[in-house]
Amino acid sequence: MEKIIPLGEYIERGINALETNFSFLWRAIDDGISWTVSFMNDFFLAIPFVVFLLVVATVAYYAKSRGRLFSREGLKRGVGLTLFVVFGFFLIYGMGYWKEAVQTITLVLVSTAIALLLGIPFGILSAKSNIADAIVKPVLDFMQTMPAFVYLIPAIFFFSVGNTPGVIATVIFSVPPAVRLTNLGIRNVPGDVVEAGRAFGANEKQILYKIQLPLAMPTILAGINQVILLALSMVVIASMVGAKGLGSLVYQGIQQNDIAKGFESGLGIVILAIVLDRITQAVANKK
Amino acid sequence: MMTDDRDIIIKAEGLTLIFGKRKKEALELLNRGYSKTDILKKTRCTIGVNKASFEIKKGEIFVIMGLSGSGKSSLIRCLNRLNEPTDGKVYFKDHNITRETNKQLLHTRRTEMSMVFQKFGLLPHRTILENAAFGLEIRGETREQREEKARIALKTVGLEGYEEQYPRELSGGMQQRVGLARALANDTDVLLMDEAFSALDPLIKSDMQDELLQIQNKLHKTIVFITHDLNEAMKVGDRIAIMKDGVIEQIGTAETILTSPATDYVEAFVERVDRKTIITAETLLFKHPTTVKLGKTGPKGVLHKMREAGLNVLPVVDNLDKFLGYVWLEDMIDLEKRKVQSIESALYSEVPSVLKSYTVEEMLPLITGHHYPLAVVDEEDGRLLGLVTQTSLIIESTRYSKTEMNELIDNANDL
Repeated sequence: MEKIIPLGEYIERGINALETNFSFLWRAIDDGISWTVSFMNDFFLAIPFVVFLLVVATVAYYAKSRGRLFSREGLKRGVGLTLFVVFGFFLIYGMGYWKEAVQTITLVLVSTAIALLLGIPFGILSAKSNIADAIVKPVLDFMQTMPAFVYLIPAIFFFSVGNTPGVIATVIFSVPPAVRLTNLGIRNVPGDVVEAGRAFGANEKQILYKIQLPLAMPTILAGINQVILLALSMVVIASMVGAKGLGSLVYQGIQQNDIAKGFESGLGIVILAIVLDRITQAVANKK
Repeated sequence: MMTDDRDIIIKAEGLTLIFGKRKKEALELLNRGYSKTDILKKTRCTIGVNKASFEIKKGEIFVIMGLSGSGKSSLIRCLNRLNEPTDGKVYFKDHNITRETNKQLLHTRRTEMSMVFQKFGLLPHRTILENAAFGLEIRGETREQREEKARIALKTVGLEGYEEQYPRELSGGMQQRVGLARALANDTDVLLMDEAFSALDPLIKSDMQDELLQIQNKLHKTIVFITHDLNEAMKVGDRIAIMKDGVIEQIGTAETILTSPATDYVEAFVERVDRKTIITAETLLFKHPTTVKLGKTGPKGVLHKMREAGLNVLPVVDNLDKFLGYVWLEDMIDLEKRKVQSIESALYSEVPSVLKSYTVEEMLPLITGHHYPLAVVDEEDGRLLGLVTQTSLIIESTRYSKTEMNELIDNANDL
């Protein structure tokens, strides 16, 4: 068929222009992300496996037992996840994928941090202004429905292969729930509480920090949980542009038709996902 | 109005609030005398408050009362500009609130008026103490200062000991006490109370009303109180403004509104109210009754007066008109027979007398089992101001229609 509208060509030209005109910016972003990822990676790997395991298990127990650390009730609530952390992490270690698992954790944490840093302010903005909301919403829809693979192309273009394009693609893919749930949380704060704040002379900043954000926190935390899980679900795709970790092992398993490797590393991702999900959920429900 | 201008703390002039997009157009139509429904049809704008003017005196409880949709909540929000008035002015003390810049407005809200809400508006993630201190925190006071003031305020509303609990752990009535404490902690001259007790159970509501009146006796705030409950309005209000469709229909004391309603709406409205607790001796007072002066009139003179007035009992006063008691027809006849010159021996002085402010409810027990009218005396010098007849009391408490009542009172007073 004949191409009447060469939209792709325009996009390509636009991206080209961006690449050449703002190369210093892409360089700075690349340096920043690469440095952070490798620093965190080295830091986590410098921690002995057993210490790391103990820290995560303690965090899991603490989050689950909701502050009632030494009571029977706290034990009942916290013991399941704690045991899961211990067995799961030992399994990953035993399969010989600990280094890759740490790389994946780093990637997820860095992407999540960036996604939240971008997503929460945009969420606040779209909660405060209907115009901003009307602009942000379709952009988020676009980001979520566009196949994730498509983001890889410009990501490589700007940042070549490595961890940075992986992080960027992951951020784009995982940022929408941070925006949406922050927006939703703030909009759902009861009007009478906000009005009470206004009646006592609170300015916009005081209303945001003293009323809206604290009351929206459970919803925002649910959004953070979503961001983490989406980021984790991107690791395999991100590995196609050179991001390291369990994802790249799965990718290798596919390419080499290696069932054992693919299954083992896939299981590792599932274990990380469950641990991260349960811990963040427990934190969110505590409020 | 007979008050000094300095006593007026809030003054509204032609206050108008219009909801909708074409406010200017709607306002113009309103000024040209179009009706609410016509304006809604033409501009899709709703008139929330329609040219309300009133003055609120320092230290009074001013009740704005009306059914839902009458614009009362919109009106109270114009006073601190939670609703931006479309037209008209609000003066607070000497400044024009409607003209204030944002910064001035925040200052006014922080230091001059505080508000209590129907749905409490408490912060669920903060303790009772932190909630009560919220207004002070917004104002920028130190933690120590604000917590001390909040503790005092919580004590005033009877919530001592609950400081560290959270709102969800308290009942509705107690939550509203926190709302009240939060407003009191700010120590503003004006309290705006928007249906503050409407969400509470009847018993708790009544308790809270009593408590508000007690607090008011101590603190002498100026309170603007919104309610849809006429009995509540009559109970707490020094003066009441009755609203309908955004218009203030009448402003006056409970008694004036009951006894001389300005419009048919007000009259229909007040018909349901429990008059016993509102109508006072002053309204029922039969002035200038026939009296007997002790030491001046003898039994013969008394009998003459009784015959003239057609009564078998007359009040006795001294030279300064101070009420002393009653004398009865039979005794006078007896004294006359025995040729006694003074009526003093026949004076019944062990009789109750009431003040002008006594309500029908308070007076009713005083007349049961007796046959004399109630003497209304001056609070200061005990001077007899007039009488309240048993007939008029009974009529008030049994609620005849207004015309029937007037007829009966006239007849009773003619006796």
